[in-house]
Amino acid sequence: MRVGLVIVSHSGALSEGVVELVGQMAPEVRVNTAGGTQDGGVGTDFEATSAALAAAETGAGVVLLYDLGSARMTAELAVESLAEPNTAVVVEAPLVEGAVAAAVAAQNEDDLEAVARAAEQSAGAGSPEESAETAATSAAEGASVATRAERELTLENEVGLHARPAALLARSLTGLEAAVTVSFGESTADARSVLGVMGLGARKGDRIGLRATGQDAESAVRRITELVERDFDE
Amino acid sequence: MSCTTQHVIAAMRSAVNSVSEHRDELVELDRAIGDGDHGENMERGFLAVRNQLEITVPESPAATLKSVATSLISSVGGASGPLFGTAFLRASTAVGDAETLDGPTVAAALRAALDGVVARGKAEREDKTMVDALAPAAEAAEAASATAGSAPAAVLRAAAEAAETGARTTVSLIAKKGRASYLGDRSAGHLDPGARSVVLLLNAFADVTGAE
Repeated sequence: MRVGLVIVSHSGALSEGVVELVGQMAPEVRVNTAGGTQDGGVGTDFEATSAALAAAETGAGVVLLYDLGSARMTAELAVESLAEPNTAVVVEAPLVEGAVAAAVAAQNEDDLEAVARAAEQSAGAGSPEESAETAATSAAEGASVATRAERELTLENEVGLHARPAALLARSLTGLEAAVTVSFGESTADARSVLGVMGLGARKGDRIGLRATGQDAESAVRRITELVERDFDE
Repeated sequence: MSCTTQHVIAAMRSAVNSVSEHRDELVELDRAIGDGDHGENMERGFLAVRNQLEITVPESPAATLKSVATSLISSVGGASGPLFGTAFLRASTAVGDAETLDGPTVAAALRAALDGVVARGKAEREDKTMVDALAPAAEAAEAASATAGSAPAAVLRAAAEAAETGARTTVSLIAKKGRASYLGDRSAGHLDPGARSVVLLLNAFADVTGAE
């Protein structure tokens, strides 16, 4: 059971575009849309939103993302109208980044709260080295035996650290107790942040650095190394 | 005198007529500071209200308010749909299973409507929104209902008058919510269409209940 997503937008084309993008990174997550009015115009539709919400619910809850103000109200009203309003959450997040972050978390079978949090924290993704290091350090603090692992790798796959590979990389760390960063050139990103990894802009032939701390540091580096060596199964 | 289901239904029909009559005025107001569709949206919503009341005649005041809410939510569009829909939905809940509405119940319904709109729209007073009409209306209704023997008609009349005064204050305000907020200082000098709609609705309700 995975958390489902609903994209509430003023535009049908916009919401479908978000679904297309998200589908690349989280193929097994159900993402439904409510975009535009019934007659194909620009606006939000309460009934379409409610229907999308009902269809996205597979038992693990639903996270709703929206584009502009009144879409938020429509989404909130749809949640409030549920028999059990606590099974769905409208998140305050940038639509595209939030949807990607939420979908990757849902793909990893995170629970409703964690998926919502992933979306809400997505605004800062892809920001400079400092925040990646901070996030990595704080994640490592919980590890009982702090170990370190580092590695440099050359990307041989065609698209480099583009959307799908970045998502695979982030997902490969599921269940590991380790703070992992990926660096390329002057930039560093938290390896669990799909947008952060994408934001590095590393392409075919580029050399990236991995640094992991925490009790599963070595497993983390090994998993990513395997992915890179398999060319991300392209 | 208290307000029966028939009175509530009549009040809603009166609101439909008022919104239709003032459609062009609302369009003009919204054209000045919004995207010009408020009048059209409200008319479409309230025509849906009238159709629904003809298809299924509600059996209680709460059911009537809920029917109105559902029609508005499904057909108004834009931000006004969820906002007015929420107002009627919360009013319906506040009324509960009362078969007739007395003054205090009407006041409680207005308070619930206001709280719903504030929660949904995250707007405060002086943001130049419908809250600037609805908030004073709810307060005036509470004050009027506290008077011994105050009938629903008197409560609604007090609410409508306070809403009118409140709506007038929006002229000088600078919008902080919605499309009008993009205009910044240029939003001043215009009456807020949402506040005007609140006045139209409350006047229509007061006229009908008062005429009985």
